[in-house]
Amino acid sequence: MKDQHAVEQFLYQQAELLDTKQWQRWIDLFTPDGIYWMPPAPEYKTWDGQPAIFAEDKNLMTVRMNRVLHPDAWSQRPLWETNHVVSNVVIEKSSAKGVTVRSRFHMMELRRDDVRHFAGAYRHELVKAKGGYRIKLQRVDMTNAQAAYDYVLQVWV
Amino acid sequence: MLQERIADVSKFVEPDRVRREVYTDAQIFELEMQRIHEAVWIYCGHESQIPKAGDYYTLQIGRQPMLMVRGKDKKVHVLYNRCPHRGNMMCGDRHGNTGEQFRCSYHAWQFHHDGTLKNIPMMESGYAGTRVNKGSPELNMKPAARMESYRGFVFASLAKDGPDLKTFLGKSIVAIDDMCDRAPEGEVEVVPNCFRVIQHSNWKLFMENQIDALHPSVVHQSTGRAAHDVEKQIAKKAKGGEALSYHMLSAFATVTIDKWDNFQTISYPYGHCVLAGYMGLRPQDPDTLAYDKIMIKKYGQKRFEEIVGVNIHHVLVYPGLSVQSPLQQLRAVRPLGVDRTLTEIWHFRLKGAPEAIYRRSLAYYNLVNSPATLINADDLENFWKCHQGLSSDGGDWVSLARHHGHDIEKDGTISSAPNQGTSEAPMRNQMKAWAKYMQR
Repeated sequence: MKDQHAVEQFLYQQAELLDTKQWQRWIDLFTPDGIYWMPPAPEYKTWDGQPAIFAEDKNLMTVRMNRVLHPDAWSQRPLWETNHVVSNVVIEKSSAKGVTVRSRFHMMELRRDDVRHFAGAYRHELVKAKGGYRIKLQRVDMTNAQAAYDYVLQVWV
Repeated sequence: MLQERIADVSKFVEPDRVRREVYTDAQIFELEMQRIHEAVWIYCGHESQIPKAGDYYTLQIGRQPMLMVRGKDKKVHVLYNRCPHRGNMMCGDRHGNTGEQFRCSYHAWQFHHDGTLKNIPMMESGYAGTRVNKGSPELNMKPAARMESYRGFVFASLAKDGPDLKTFLGKSIVAIDDMCDRAPEGEVEVVPNCFRVIQHSNWKLFMENQIDALHPSVVHQSTGRAAHDVEKQIAKKAKGGEALSYHMLSAFATVTIDKWDNFQTISYPYGHCVLAGYMGLRPQDPDTLAYDKIMIKKYGQKRFEEIVGVNIHHVLVYPGLSVQSPLQQLRAVRPLGVDRTLTEIWHFRLKGAPEAIYRRSLAYYNLVNSPATLINADDLENFWKCHQGLSSDGGDWVSLARHHGHDIEKDGTISSAPNQGTSEAPMRNQMKAWAKYMQR
């Protein structure tokens, strides 16, 4: 139960960092070799060498962050906000080193006057680190991954 | 009323400017779907998308829902996605396998893969003495008027008259040749994933943007800078190494406005265009050298030099295909409405090339062309803003005058003058082709 509570708090914190646009602190949640991965479809087994909506190490995360923070990122000028809800948190595997945890998320996005909804499942491979957990691999299986994108995704979901 | 207005649609296009309605008027959109997209050769897909008998992929040509299907005899057919009985759409999924035959989900009419009628339930008892006779062509699923495949790339035209595919493509055929020639086996196969992104603007804005050599340093400065900074960090730590994928992005910032003029555009009949000059040039890393070795063994030094010497950034096949042949990817443009456009984005594998070469172009596909693109987010923002502005009465014309009067025209081919790579010649050429189609 202690693990369950700690893991839930970690996931909520990660979502909160996205919704409050604390990009660097969000990136810091990953291990030095951590990967954020959103496959185009559920059947993908690895991010490596495959088409991917996101397949980012910390270097690429930094590119994405610096892009949205650049004053001439034109698409970042209009009002743009997100709201994540994370739930259904289940620990799949647990060891002395870390845990594998799956959860469900729902994200509402507002851009100018338009609202979009994205939802799906997270699968976090977390390793224990000083003061909590770090993400080794976050897999995001978005229910709408295969649907046509009405506009694009600018940051991580 | 539409016909009256369209009678002088050619007046909407002048050599160096275009009326805004060309991008925003719903009636003009309907007419251009009819006279352009539903008349010329449109890219359907690659044969490797449908390897097995019964495999199909749906697509849109103009306003027409179509499908591309593989027959038992290995032949590819392009058909209207419609049952001739009551008009029910035949395949409701985006792609799949239809089995031994098409079977309509409404009244179970069955069709062979080439669209010809196979069976109607209660044919004898229900249709004796009616106009419905087996063998009459209107009981078949209607095929596209014309279909041709070139090196695995399938095109269809919904008009029975017009130039054949090779005549239509002309010099823009280099898009396909350059892609296939770079494969040691001389052909490519699709990576089975399609990214689909919708922009809220007219399809022509996309086609013009693709060969607009001035926009990258303005629009993509943010990503270029961000990538450049990280690229420098990586280079410092690793002494070279993996920086090529970052270089593809950072070039948007390091190639400044004045340098884009060093590129060259070459415009062809029917509105096609090549943007020459490629930022990656000829890398000399071990992966590239290993690939070069395979290619030289296959083609010989001379032919190899010719193949990798093709100097292309983008090829546009007007009105609906944008190809980046050196990176083996393409975007098919499917207009959904006057202010909505879908792009279907595919990546190809060079048959016989090492895995590393695939991975290199894959990095570009994921970073630039995925729905989480680091590049197109800002393009789409500009397209939307363009469409809003063009919908207003704040002005009547779109200017395409940059370097007008300086282009070099020879035998129907229009080249931007030296050091005028940002000439709006390709846009002028597209609009010239557009006006010609629309006048018919």
